[in-house]
Amino acid sequence: MTHYLAVFMPLLGAFIAGFFGRQIGDRGAHIFTCLGVGIAAICSIPIFMEVALGGKDQVLPVATWLTSGTFEANWALRFDTLSAVMVMTVTCVSTLIHIYAVGYMHHDDSQPRFMAYLSLFTFAMLMLVTADNLVQLFFGWEGVGVVSYLLIGFWFKKPSANAAAIKAFVVNRVGDFGFLLGIFGIFVVFDAVTFDVIFQAAPVKADATVHFFSRDWHAMTIICLLLFVGAMGKSAQLFLHTWLPDAMEGPTPVSALIHAATMVTAGVFLVARMSPLFELAPDALTVVTLIGASTAFFAATVGCVQNDIKRIIAYSTCSQLGYMFFACGVGAYQAGIFHLMTHAWFKALLFLSAGSVIHAMSDEQDIRRMGGIWKKIPFTYTVMWIGSLALAGIPFFAGYYSKDMILEAAYGAGTPAGRVAFILGIAAAFMTAFYSWRLLFLTFHGKPRADHHTMEHIHESPLIMTIPLAGLALGALFAGYLGHEVFVGEGRAEFWREAIGSTPGKDVIEAAHHVPGWVVALPLVVSFSGIFLAYFLYIRRTDLPSKIAGAFPGVYQFLLNKWYFDELYDFIFVKNVFRFGKWFWKGGDTYIIDGFGPDGLSALVTRAAKRLGALQSGYLYHYAFAMIVGIAVFVTWFVAVGAG
Amino acid sequence: MESGLLHVGLGHYLTVSAMLFTLGIFGIFLNRKNLIVILMSIELMLLSVNINLVAFSSFLNDLAGQIFTMLVLTVAAAEAAIGLAIVVVFYRNRRSIEVEDINQMKG
Repeated sequence: MTHYLAVFMPLLGAFIAGFFGRQIGDRGAHIFTCLGVGIAAICSIPIFMEVALGGKDQVLPVATWLTSGTFEANWALRFDTLSAVMVMTVTCVSTLIHIYAVGYMHHDDSQPRFMAYLSLFTFAMLMLVTADNLVQLFFGWEGVGVVSYLLIGFWFKKPSANAAAIKAFVVNRVGDFGFLLGIFGIFVVFDAVTFDVIFQAAPVKADATVHFFSRDWHAMTIICLLLFVGAMGKSAQLFLHTWLPDAMEGPTPVSALIHAATMVTAGVFLVARMSPLFELAPDALTVVTLIGASTAFFAATVGCVQNDIKRIIAYSTCSQLGYMFFACGVGAYQAGIFHLMTHAWFKALLFLSAGSVIHAMSDEQDIRRMGGIWKKIPFTYTVMWIGSLALAGIPFFAGYYSKDMILEAAYGAGTPAGRVAFILGIAAAFMTAFYSWRLLFLTFHGKPRADHHTMEHIHESPLIMTIPLAGLALGALFAGYLGHEVFVGEGRAEFWREAIGSTPGKDVIEAAHHVPGWVVALPLVVSFSGIFLAYFLYIRRTDLPSKIAGAFPGVYQFLLNKWYFDELYDFIFVKNVFRFGKWFWKGGDTYIIDGFGPDGLSALVTRAAKRLGALQSGYLYHYAFAMIVGIAVFVTWFVAVGAG
Repeated sequence: MESGLLHVGLGHYLTVSAMLFTLGIFGIFLNRKNLIVILMSIELMLLSVNINLVAFSSFLNDLAGQIFTMLVLTVAAAEAAIGLAIVVVFYRNRRSIEVEDINQMKG
């Protein structure tokens, strides 16, 4: 029962707030949605105990869905360690963010709608992670995509929010197309979409091929690459990452819940879920590693120069997702999921404390117009420190356990791709620490750069916002410490069991525990030097950053403009698609369909009517003449041919 | 009943009737002035038909034709009354019953 409650309570909350928001009012919508996800979160803990720690994997049927020939896809909730971890993370973080949103959105006009979307998102995400087959997973996948669209464009009166929402949706469609092709490929090879069937048959089909373009391709590689394209879209990996920074147009709780903590990690979840297949496709894993590592590096470089507080954290998310992917790529899925879990806590914390700052600064988001506010909002300042420490991987904070594990695994994997990932990951770790502290110093320290009016109004957020922050801070403090033993430590085999695929004789996590000492120490060293550099540049010598930017204008502009990805895509795709669309619109729609369809027909009728109308002279004798001619014709006919 | 006088037979009646009918038709077409003339022409056509009916009735010794003529006359009287009434109303509204002016149904 708890299992069903954990998944369907958020849906109930969304339903009530969404359809009866007008009747129950803002307060009612807050209560019902928070209760819904709250109950789900409470249920998720015994589920985690029972499934992940107690070893009771189960598949709970819900309803039959599709049966067509050999194709069968049913609604069912699959609870194994992987989904139990995800369910717990999603519901707990979501509950805290729901509560935070009550405070953060209290000025807004359509709070029931907002709360309903948040709950609906939680439900879709739970459907995604508990899916028993790929089609149900795709349902959840699209569900979170739709809600993401709705929430990015929540302030639909802002043109930029609408544009960002459409961009997110369209970029995700590219990924989803790959994902769908991957599902089709799996059905072609396995004749099933249910995970159990696929994973059981996987070793047999390891060398299966598909015939395409008059060549035989290794089926597993193709399938895994296509699935990874889907994961890239959802998880904003390099080339399909452009939507994520723009998604920050949505309200901050949305950025925290969807575009940092949960939805964007769905891609990582997918790779981990399909790990038995990925293990059979080493080439695909290499691609995953390289893309993940490049994303981690790329996003970190961009994060170093951004000025919008939310965008910095968004690029940081992008970068951390890269870490998770290259963890999966080298075979350390457990480390990837572990980082996913810890990241959900501290990234949600960072976003929400950024929201708290924005709230305090009267909706100012530019860190160049902040500064010197730490004494006025000490609580937000403290939790932001905790979040940043966790993000940078400073010992005993959550990120330390997961991120270092990933870097060690990348080194320990011993493959060339793994080494590349390690180097890029170390570089990204340095920049992560740098931009996190740049953000902290610029926001909270130095001289106030905001105007007098704003500075007077700075106030600590109300309790309803600070309590969730405290909850997330606890997660950022202890999630890593509590989890590392079972996620990636001694207890991992017992913990994960069948949930993660593995290749006999290959144990990257084990190898990661036996890497040389300098590999263990290096992330720490670079993190501390990143912090120190930020301290030096933004506290000691505040004149230097602009000088450096002035000395290398090319590099600075390149980074500030996010490597010109948007401009490039605009040039290659967007413009041409617009031209193409316009051509279809003008040529196909307006000219052919309208021209020969409704418009053409109506013009024809008008013309014919005009001709006929000319016959109506209005003179009596013309009508009489017509009648007489008619009678004459009838009579003639009657006489000549007869009545019969 | 032979006599030197011109014998008036069926053919004569029909000829008169046809002439009257044709007069009526031309009265409608050629008249460009007055609406009442059109009404009169219609009456003329009806009467020519009546002559036909009476002539055949006498020729065939069948009274039905003459009875029918009485009906037609009644209807024609009613029709004339209604037609004239319409013309009067029309004149009140338009201050003219000239045929040239009556073309409001022009398409």
